Amino acid sequence: MNTEILGLALMFVVTLALAIPLGKYMAKVYLCQKTWLDPFFNPIERIFFRASGIDPTRKMNWKEHLVALLTINFVWFFFAMLVLMTQAWLPLNPDGNSNMSPDLAFNTAISFLVNCNLQHYSGETGLSYLSQVVVIQFLQFVTAGTGMAAAVVVFNAMRIHVTEKLGNFYNYFVKSCLRILLPVSFVAAILLAFNGAPMTFEGKANMITVEGDTMQVSRGPAAAMVAIKQSGTNGGGFFGVNSAHPLENPSYFTNVVENILILLIPIAMIFALGFYLHRKKLAWIIFGVMTTGFLLLLTTAVYFEMKGNPAISIMGIAQNSGSMEGKEVRFGAAASAYWGVTTTVTSNGSVNSMHDSHTPISGAMQMLGMMTNSFYGGVGVGFLNFYIFIILAVFISGLMVGRTPEFMGRKIEAREMKIAMIVALLHPFLILSGTAMAAYIFYLNPEIGWLNNPGFHGFSEMLYEYTSAAANNGSGFEGLGDNTPWWNISTGIVLILARYLPIIGPVAIAGILASKKFIPESAGTLKTDTGTFGVMVFAVIFILAALAFFPALTLGPLGEYFSIY
Amino acid sequence: MKSQNTGLFQKDLVIEAFRQSFVKLNPVLMFRNPVMFTVEVCTFVMLIVFLWTLSGATSQGSIGYNFVIFFILLITLLFANFAEAIAEARGKAQANSLRKTREETPARLENGQIISSSQLKKGDVFVCEAGDMIPGDGEIIEGLATIDESAITGESAPVIREAGGDKSSVTGGTKVLSDRIKVLVTTQPGESFLDKMIALVEGASRQKTPNEIALTILLAGFTLVFIIVSITLKPFADYANAPITIAAFISLFVCLIPTTIGGLLSAIGIAGMDRALRANVITKSGKAVETAGDIDTLLLDKTGTITIGNRKATRFYVAEGVAESVFIQNCLLSSLADDTPEGKSIVELAKTQGVAPRSGFDLQSAQLIKFTAETRSSGINLPDGIRIRKGAFDAIKNLSEKAGHVFPVETEKQVKAISSNGGTPLVVSENEQVLGVIELQDIIKPGIEERFQRLRKMGVKTVMVTGDNPLTAKFIAEKAGVDDYIAEAKPEDKLEYIRREQQSGKLVAMMGDGTNDAPALAQADVGVAMNSGTQAAKEAGNMVDLDNDPTKLIEIVEIGKQLLMTRGTLTTFSIANDVAKYFAIVPALFMAAIPALQGLNVMQLASPESAILSAIIFNAIIIPILIPLALRGVTYKPIGASALLRRNLLIYGLGGVIVPFIGIKAIDLLVSIFI
Repeated sequence: MNTEILGLALMFVVTLALAIPLGKYMAKVYLCQKTWLDPFFNPIERIFFRASGIDPTRKMNWKEHLVALLTINFVWFFFAMLVLMTQAWLPLNPDGNSNMSPDLAFNTAISFLVNCNLQHYSGETGLSYLSQVVVIQFLQFVTAGTGMAAAVVVFNAMRIHVTEKLGNFYNYFVKSCLRILLPVSFVAAILLAFNGAPMTFEGKANMITVEGDTMQVSRGPAAAMVAIKQSGTNGGGFFGVNSAHPLENPSYFTNVVENILILLIPIAMIFALGFYLHRKKLAWIIFGVMTTGFLLLLTTAVYFEMKGNPAISIMGIAQNSGSMEGKEVRFGAAASAYWGVTTTVTSNGSVNSMHDSHTPISGAMQMLGMMTNSFYGGVGVGFLNFYIFIILAVFISGLMVGRTPEFMGRKIEAREMKIAMIVALLHPFLILSGTAMAAYIFYLNPEIGWLNNPGFHGFSEMLYEYTSAAANNGSGFEGLGDNTPWWNISTGIVLILARYLPIIGPVAIAGILASKKFIPESAGTLKTDTGTFGVMVFAVIFILAALAFFPALTLGPLGEYFSIY
Repeated sequence: MKSQNTGLFQKDLVIEAFRQSFVKLNPVLMFRNPVMFTVEVCTFVMLIVFLWTLSGATSQGSIGYNFVIFFILLITLLFANFAEAIAEARGKAQANSLRKTREETPARLENGQIISSSQLKKGDVFVCEAGDMIPGDGEIIEGLATIDESAITGESAPVIREAGGDKSSVTGGTKVLSDRIKVLVTTQPGESFLDKMIALVEGASRQKTPNEIALTILLAGFTLVFIIVSITLKPFADYANAPITIAAFISLFVCLIPTTIGGLLSAIGIAGMDRALRANVITKSGKAVETAGDIDTLLLDKTGTITIGNRKATRFYVAEGVAESVFIQNCLLSSLADDTPEGKSIVELAKTQGVAPRSGFDLQSAQLIKFTAETRSSGINLPDGIRIRKGAFDAIKNLSEKAGHVFPVETEKQVKAISSNGGTPLVVSENEQVLGVIELQDIIKPGIEERFQRLRKMGVKTVMVTGDNPLTAKFIAEKAGVDDYIAEAKPEDKLEYIRREQQSGKLVAMMGDGTNDAPALAQADVGVAMNSGTQAAKEAGNMVDLDNDPTKLIEIVEIGKQLLMTRGTLTTFSIANDVAKYFAIVPALFMAAIPALQGLNVMQLASPESAILSAIIFNAIIIPILIPLALRGVTYKPIGASALLRRNLLIYGLGGVIVPFIGIKAIDLLVSIFI
C-alpha cells in the first residue's frame, strides 16, 4: 500500500523536477534566445521557412494569428481525409489494411485534428503504418503545436510593453513542434523502445504460444507514437486498448515514463509563462491553484480505488490490492487511479485501465477533471482555459478592491467579459445539452441498445462521453455503444466547437487587452500573483465549472455511490 | 443641509418606494435588468401553474404549495424593486431639498420688471440687492456683494462674489447680504446641474456605466449557465424516472441565478451618486463617480488644500546691534496699513509679542508706500521723516547698499536659512538701514499628512500645485507628504502635467475654479469645479462641489471606491450562496424517487417541500437584509489591494458560503412546523 503511494509521490516530484527546467528552456525558445540545441535546429528551421516562403519575423495581430491557425488546421483536415481514404493503395501497409470509409475517415480526421483522439477504429486493423505515421502521428505533433503557439500568443499579450502585434504564429508553431515536442518525444521514444515497446515497420509477427498454437501479434512503429501521444496530450493509442496494451505500455517503468509525459508539458507550460514574463511568482500561483484542484481529485480517486469495491467485499472476497476490475496487474490500483486523473485533467485521454470499471467516485473525479478542464489542461489549451477563469476572477476581485478591474495593467471591460462568458458557458452547455438529448432519446426508446448498464451507471457513461468530447479528451466509459450515427455526429459537433471556440476566445481577449492602454501598477492595483487571488480563481472554477455539473453528477456517479456504499 | 444624518428608511420615503415597487413590475422596465427579468418570467409561469392546479390538475403538487412558491417569487421581485425605489427616493429627496431653496423667488429684471424665478431664461439679467434671495444660477456682470451661501453649503460665514475674476458665480437660493449686483442667467430653466442630477437619480436618463454593463454581462452569463442546468435537468430526471414539478424547477433556477446582486445592482449605483450628493457634490454622470474610484493621480492646489490660506509671519530675526523692540515696532508700523494677509499676520505676531504702536503714532498723517513690481517692497513714510521699508531680500539689499550701508552678515545668513526651510524672508529697513528679517511660513493644515498617507495606501499619487518658487514648493511638499509638486505653476503647466500622466495610462483628478482652469478640468478624468468658480469651469468639469472645499477630492475618491467595492462584494456573496442552495435543492428534487440520495441532504432538511421553500425564502429575504449595505456601501479601508481582497473574500466569500447553510436550516426548522 505505502509503496504504491510512494510511487505516485515520486512520479509527481520527478515530473515537477523535469517541468521547471523544461519550462525555462521553452521560454528561451519562444523568446528566441540562445539554447544549446540551436546548432542542430537553426538550419532545419531555416530550410523550413525558406521552402515555405514564410517570413517568421512578420508580426501579426490577434486576428491574423487566428486566420493562420484556422487555415493550417483546415489544410490538415483535407490531407488527413485523403490519406485515410486511400491508405490501401499507398506504401507502408504490410498488414494489408483496407481504405477507411468516408464517414469513419471524417470522424477520425476531426478527432485527431482537434487533439481529442477519440478512436472509433482499432489501430491494429484500421490503419496502415503510413496512416499511423503521416496522419495520426503528424496530427499529434501539429495539433499540440497549435495549442502551444496559441498559448504563446496570449503570453505575449501579457507583457508590459506590447502593441497589438503579438509575434508570428508560424514561428511559435514551428518552434513548438521542432524544438519542444520533437526532442521530448525523441528521448521518451528511446526510453520506451528500450523497455519493450515495438518500433518497426515490419508487419505482424508470428509466434508459437506455450500451448503450441500459432498466433499473430500486431506491432509497428509504436514507441515513437506513444511518446508524442503522451507528451502532446493527445491520447490516441497505437493499439486498440491504448496504454493498457502490453506492447504500448509494457512495464511499471514505462508506465511511469508515460505518466510523467502526460503531465510534463502542461506543467512546463505554466513555468514557461513565468520565465517568459519574468513573473515567476505568478507562475507558482497558477501552478498552486491547478495543483490544489488536481490533488483534490487525485487523493479522492486513489482513496476509493485502493479501498476496493464494497459490492465485492460483501461477497466475502478480500481486496488487498484495491479495486482491480478493469485494471492491469502490472500497474496496480493506485497507479491506475493516478493515471485516470492525470489523463482527464490534461485532456490527454489515453488510458491504462478501463475507466468504466473504476469506483463511482473515481469516475466522478475523472469527469470533474474534464469538466473543469483547466487543472493543467491540454498542452497550451489548458492555460487558455485557465486564462478565461483568471479574467472572470480578476473582474470580480477587482471590484472587491474598489477599482475598475484590470489584468496585467489593462482594463477589463464589457467586450472582454462577453467573450469570456461565452467561452465559460460553452463547456457546460455542450456537455449538459448533449447528455440531455441522449438521455431523452434513451428515455423515449430504452431498447436503443446504447447502454450496457441501466440506471446511474448508464447515465454516467453518456455524461462521460460528452464530457470527454467537450474537453477534447478522447477517453471513454467503454460500456457505451458509441459507434452509431447519433454518437458519431453529436460528439463530432461537440469536438469542433469545444476545440476552436476556447482557442479563439482567449486569443481574442488577449489581443484586445494588448491593444489597450497600459496602466502602471500602484498600491491600489489588485495583484494577481498572491495566494488570495489564487483562492479567488479556484473559487470561480469550483462554482462556475464544477457546481454547474452537480445535478448531473448527482444522477450519475453520486447516485451510484450512495446506492452501493 | 450638509451631511444630514437621517436614517436610511424615512417613513415618507418608504411609502413612496413601496408604491414604486409595484410600478416597477412593468416588464418593459424590468427588461433592463436581465436577472430580475427572468425571475419575473418565472413568477408568471408559477402563476399559470397555480391557476392550473386551482382548476384541478394534480401532477404539480398541492394548490397551497404552488401558491406559496408563486407568492415568494413575487415578493422577491418586490424586494428587488423596493431596493431600487428606496435608493431613488433618497436621492430625489436629497436633490429636491436643494431644489426647493431656489423655487419661486421673485426676480427683478434690469428694467425693473418683476417675474418669477421659474420664468428666468438663459441670457436674462437680473438685479439683486442686500436682503434679496438670488433667483437663479448665473454670473455677476457688475458689482460686488457679500453672499450667504449657507443654504447650499451649510457654511455660515458669508462669501464675497464679484464681477470679473474667478469668483463671479452665484447660485440660486443663496442670499445677498450687502451691496448690489447684476447677474446674467447662464442656464435654461430645468437644465441646471441640480436638475441634471435629479434626472440621473430618477432613472429616466440614467445610463448604465461601462462597469455596470460588464457586470451585467457577467450576471447574465451566470443566469444562462443556470438556465442550461435547469432545462437539461428535465430529461435527466425523465431518464432517472424521478419526476420533478415545475415549482421545483423554477425554485432551483431562481435560487441559483444571482438574484441578490441582480436585485441590488441599480440601488448600489444610485446610492453612489446619492452619497456624493450628501457630501455636497453634484455629479454630472454616474460614470464620474465610478472613475473617481480609479484615480491614480490627484492634483491639489496648495493654498486652501494643503496649507491654511496664506503665509503667516512666524518669527522676527533682529539684526546685530539693533534693539529687538525697535525692530518689531518698525515691522508693526510698516504693516498697520497693509491689508494683505501677510501684513495682517505681522501685526498679529507683533501683538502676541506684546508690542503696540508707540504713543503719538498717527496713521492718518503717515504716507503709505504701496507694493509695486519694480520696487518689490512696500512701507510707510512717517511724518518725522523716518522711512520704513519691508520687502524681498535683494530689493532691500540694493536699496541699502545704494545708500552706502553694509548688509549685516548675520541677517543674510538668516535670510538663506529661512528660504531653505520653505519660508519667505521679508527684510525690514529704517532709512535704508537694515534692521532685521521677518520669517513668513506656510501653515500646513492639521491632519492633512494623514490624509495623504491614506491616499498613498489607496495607490493615489498626490501632486501639489503652487505658484511658489521650486525651493519653497519642495519644502512644503516634503513637509505635507505629497508625492510630487508643480512649482511656479501656470494653468498650462497643469494641463501639461495631466496630459503627461494620462499618456502613461493614469487617471487624473483635479479641482479648480478659474476660467483658466477650464481646459485642465476638461482634460482631467475627474474634474471637480467649485461652485463659487466661473461658469466655464463648472461646464468643463464633471462634478461641482457646493462646499468649495478643496479637500473634497479625497472624499470623492473614497465614494467611487466604495461604489465598486459594494458591487464586487455583493456579487461574490450572491454567487457564493449557490453552494448551499445546491445542497438544499438538488437532494430535494430527487429524494422522493431515489431515497439513496438522502446522503446528499447534508443540512438534514425536513422534507423536499420544506427544503425548496426554505431555499427560496432565504433567497428572497436576503435582498431586503442587504439593502442597508447596498445604500450605505461597503466600508473602504486603505490597507492595500491584497489585504482588502483577503478581507472581503473572507467576509463576503466565505460568509456567503456559510450564511445560507445556517439561514436555510433555520428557515427549514420554522417551515417544517407548518408542513
